[in-house]
Parts: sequence; C-alpha cells; structure tokens
Amino acid sequence: MLDIKNLKASVEGKDILKGLDLQVKAGEVHAIMGPNGSGKSTLSQVLAGRDTFQVDGGSVTWDGQDLLAMPIEERARAGLFLAFQYPVEIPGVSNAYFLKAAVNAVRKHRGLPEFDAMDFLTRVKAEMKAVGMKEEFLYRAVNEGFSGGEKKRNEVLQMALLEPRLAILDETDSGLDIDALKVVADGVNRLRSPERALIVITHYQRLLDYIVPDHVHVLSQGRIVRSGGRELALELEEKGYGWIGDAGEIHAAPPAAGGA
Amino acid sequence: MSAVDTWVSAFHARSAQQPGATLPWLADLRRQAIYRFADEGWPTRRHPRWQHTSLAFMDQQDFAANAVAPDAAAALARLRGDDAGHWLVFVGGRFNAELSDIGALPAGVQLTSLADALDQHPEAVQAAFGSATDGDSPAALNLALATDGAWLRLPLGVALEAPVHLVFITNATDASQHLRNLIVAEANSEATIVEHYLGEGEATTLTTAATRLQVDADARITHLKLQQEAEPAIHLASINATQARGAHFASHSLSFGARLARNDIHTRFDGEGCDTLLNGLYHLDGRRHVDHHTSINHAQPRGNSREFYRGLLDGNSRGVFTGRIIVAKDAQRSDAMQRCDNLLLSRAAEADARPELEIYADDVKCAHGATVGQMDEDSLFYLQTRGLDDAHARRLLTYAFAAEALDRIALLPLRKQARAALMARLPGGELLEELL
Repeated sequence: MLDIKNLKASVEGKDILKGLDLQVKAGEVHAIMGPNGSGKSTLSQVLAGRDTFQVDGGSVTWDGQDLLAMPIEERARAGLFLAFQYPVEIPGVSNAYFLKAAVNAVRKHRGLPEFDAMDFLTRVKAEMKAVGMKEEFLYRAVNEGFSGGEKKRNEVLQMALLEPRLAILDETDSGLDIDALKVVADGVNRLRSPERALIVITHYQRLLDYIVPDHVHVLSQGRIVRSGGRELALELEEKGYGWIGDAGEIHAAPPAAGGA
Repeated sequence: MSAVDTWVSAFHARSAQQPGATLPWLADLRRQAIYRFADEGWPTRRHPRWQHTSLAFMDQQDFAANAVAPDAAAALARLRGDDAGHWLVFVGGRFNAELSDIGALPAGVQLTSLADALDQHPEAVQAAFGSATDGDSPAALNLALATDGAWLRLPLGVALEAPVHLVFITNATDASQHLRNLIVAEANSEATIVEHYLGEGEATTLTTAATRLQVDADARITHLKLQQEAEPAIHLASINATQARGAHFASHSLSFGARLARNDIHTRFDGEGCDTLLNGLYHLDGRRHVDHHTSINHAQPRGNSREFYRGLLDGNSRGVFTGRIIVAKDAQRSDAMQRCDNLLLSRAAEADARPELEIYADDVKCAHGATVGQMDEDSLFYLQTRGLDDAHARRLLTYAFAAEALDRIALLPLRKQARAALMARLPGGELLEELL
C-alpha cells in the first residue's frame, strides 16, 4: 500500500529525514517511536503533503502512484488521513460544516453520493457517541476552545467519518489522561480491518497497550534504526532512548534503564 | 462636475424645492452649511482626520446618473423576503410610499420620512437636526443638500419588536443622493434600525448620508448599516450618537460596496454607566478604499465600550481604521476595549489601523490592539488534509475571519442578511451557502 524508499527531507536547509525506508501493507499496524527531534512528526507532515518541508530525495509510492506528486487534498481523497498532534482551531467555521464538507469531498472523489443534511447528522451523531463527544461540539467552531482531549476525540471522529485506507496518528496520545486515551484507542481499534493500515507515531509505549502494533520501528536522526515486533516497544519503555547514539547508531550494549 | 462651486450652485438652484424650505430655521441652517462647505472645500490629507483618505479628487470628479435604474421593487423583494417588519424605501434620495410598508406601530411611535416629519413635527425635528458645525465639510454638504431620510421617534418605554429597515436605492435621474436620518429614542425605549444602501451600474454616483441618534436614559438602540453600493460609487457617511445615563448603543457597519467609502462613527456618553459596541466589517478588492473613522467619548464615569473592526482586503485595495477613545478627567471607572484585525488576501492590499487614545482619568481600563496578517498556513493545510481543495479552503477561512464580526449581530435574521451580503461578494460564496 505504502512504500517509502530512502526518503530525505529538510526544513530551512536543516536535514531532518536522512534516508528513511518503510513499507506498510493493508491490514498492518505500524508503530513509529523515537526521541524528540528524531523526525517523527516531519515524516507524518511530509506524507500528508506539508510544503514547509522540502523533499530532497527518495520516493513514496501509494498504490503504485507517486504520493509526493499528489496535491494534499488528493492524498486525503485517496484515503490518506493524518490525525494531527496539534489540531488547528478554526474560529467562525462550525464543526458540523467542516465535517460535512470533508466527508462529501472524499465521498464525491470515491464516486459515492454526497450526504444530505439528514443523512450526515444521523451518521455523525452515531460516530460522536462512539468517541464520547457531546452533540454540542457539532455546533461549536472547529476545535475552538476544545480541551486537549476534546481535540483528539475530534480527530478520531474525523478519521471515523472519512474512512481512510491509511491513517497516521501523530502523537495522538500526547496530553491525554488514561480515560481519554482508552476512548481514542477504542475509536482507532474499531477502524482496524484487513483493508486498512495504521501508522501510530508516539513517544511513549503507553498507547501501544491499547492499540497493539504488528511492527514497531525506532526512528532516530531521520532514519529507522531498528524494527521489530511489539516487544521492541516494551524494551524501549524499559530502557528509554538513551541506548541510541547521537549519530543514530545502536550501542552494542544498551545502558541501564533511564541511562544517558 | 463636482468642484465646490458646482455644489454651491446646485444648492441655490434646488433649495426652494427642498422639504421644509419654508421653515426659516432650516433655511438658515442649510445656508450656513453650504457656506461652510464652500469655505472649507473637500478635505485633503492635510486635514488631521483625513490623512489616509483625500477627497481632493472630488474637485475634478464628474458624477452621472446610471443609464438604467436598478429595479427597486425587485431589489427590495430580494432583500425583504417575507419579513413583516417596518420598511421605508427611498429611491434617488426621496421617500417612495408605494414601495414602503411602515406596518403597525405601537401608540406614540413616529416613523415617517424626514420630509413628512418636517411637515408634522417641525419643532421636534429641529431639536434633533444637528448643526452646520457638526463633523467635517462633507457633513456640512449633506446638511445643506439632504432631500429626505427617515424620522423615528420612540416614546418613553416603548420597544419596537421588529427592526426598522431603511432602504436607499439609486435611480436613473440623480447623480447624487443626500440622506439624513434622525432617531430619537426616549428613556427606556428599544429598537433596531437597519440602513441598506443598494446600487447597480457603471456610473459614478455620490451618496452622502448622516444618521443622528439620541439615545436617552436606559434606552437600547442597535444600528446596522449594510453598504452595498455599486462599484464606482462614492459613499460619504456619518453616524452620530449621544447616550444618556445607562443608555446602550450598538453600531454594526458593514461596508461591501463603493469605490470609496468613508464612515465617521461617533458616540458620546453624556450620562453615567453607558454601554456601547462598535462593530465593523469591510471587504474590498480592486482599487477600492474604505475608511472608518470612529470615536467614543467617555465623557461620564462608568462607561463601557467595546470596539471590533475587521477587514478583508484583496487586490490593490486599502482599508483604513481610526479608533479614537477619549476618557474625560472625571470619567472614572471607564472600561474601553478596541481591536482592529485585517486579513490581506493579496500582496498589494494595504491596511492602516490607528488607535488614538486620550485618557485624562486615572481609574480606567483601556486596551487596544491591531493585527494585519495573511491567511494562516496551518489552517489551510489542516483543511486540505481533510479533502478540501485549496480554493474551497481559502474561501472557508476568508469567511471564517469575517464570521467573527457577523456573529456579534445579535438578531439572527439580520445576521443572515449580513451573511448573504458577504457571500454575494466572496468568490465562490455559493459553496459556503450551507453556513447560512
């Protein structure tokens, strides 16, 4: 589904991704972990199409197509979804309008009939219930004055409505208490299916207790330096990121937990 | 021609036919006003209140009536829909009884054309009329030439439930229209007054308008002005309010039309505990220019003022805002807040925002701020990642910026009218119509 080869990206002349390789197949859940500044968010933003990052090399293939050549909205319509680490507040636009515009843009592209107001409300209310959002959030401005947890629920709501084929969750767990985390994880797990893939980007392994990954990758200095199964996340939890060297190399003998 | 002499000759030619021409006080007032205008001429940048908007070009500007008049009845029908309310329609600066529908009024309320009011209650009109020294020279020209306008007098404690709509439409015979609206709200009364300025066509026309509001103790008056003149029009207007103890006055100025529009909006607190909201929104493109010159005079203690102006500036347009706040020496515990935010939709557009604070009291809360910015890239990206294309996302964010101003309009039907007027201006507004 997604094939990233030797991806290099920079911002304002500073290299951030330095040759990243990753393959994601339908039905898989990949976790990408790594210390702050390792390039986790850059990867998600580059995949979604943010033009503040310059792609300096490599390729990203999406169902045989060149993903990097697609406009941002085409990626979204083709089924790529990014749940933002910091969802943007848009005063003056109701959440209901925003959600409906997004859902219909995607449905139109997929050759499905656009929702009318009634169908949309029925659908959105059911999904809101599932992620524990009160209906009043439909009539408030997009993310405006939402708490951290409410913003993240709104991201998961959008994901549920847009039914992506590949969802990237960028630190969706940050700033959530354990109850909110469970609700968000439930929302994500309901979307898991053999046709869908997930990339879960996180600093902590905590979220992976609830969204169990098939593959775990450690990102450091703009490269994936280690890949493994779920046990790798537990190892990271125990030992921290200190065992990864400054240049991204892996020390032969990882230091004790919490070390350097 | 618009040279000062031309206007003076026009005054002499027409003054005998003006409403109230036989009232000596009014004839005197008009003469004083035209002399003042002749003496001062059009304001230029040298004038401290006109530094960003020179009217020097008016000396060479020709005005002409449009070859074809807008269909006033159709324009009114579009605007009015099925609203009951009170509707006074003025075509080419004169009251049109056929198109108007004043509706049922509570006992004692006077709502007529100014021409009728001069016949029926000349003394009351005289007290509210204003003087030749008010405002700057364009205001004097308005006083001298005004042919009509609305007269509204609300007796003690009476509330008008439905808004009063004043609709001003250009015609095919007059190159200029001059309107004067007088509103007297006695203690504890309440009303909403909406002024609509509509025009169509390619000719350069001139509108001058003056609205004076006397808001007595504890009265509540909301004034909304929706300026949608034709693109080549020149629109010079003033809104002057005085507020007695505990009076509430809200002004919403929405400026969407005209090549050059100037609104002078002033209110003065003549009693304790007054409350005012000055809200404004302008949208400009091409080479158009709008200037809002506002002042709030906290002359008495414990007044509260809130002022919010927003501009959407495209093309080579220019938006000017001046917000003067005066807090008199004895006006302790005054609370004033002012903001002006502009969104630049092109690199060539220009915004000027100038607060002018004169504070002579010491126990005062006063805050002001201004921003000029471009469309937020983070918001654009967010919308695009949800499948909205660039054009749709930009329209939505442009609308969202303006919506904050529209949301301050408390009456929902008026807010909807204002939204519809904005949508009609925004490219691709029909895509956003579900927001209505």
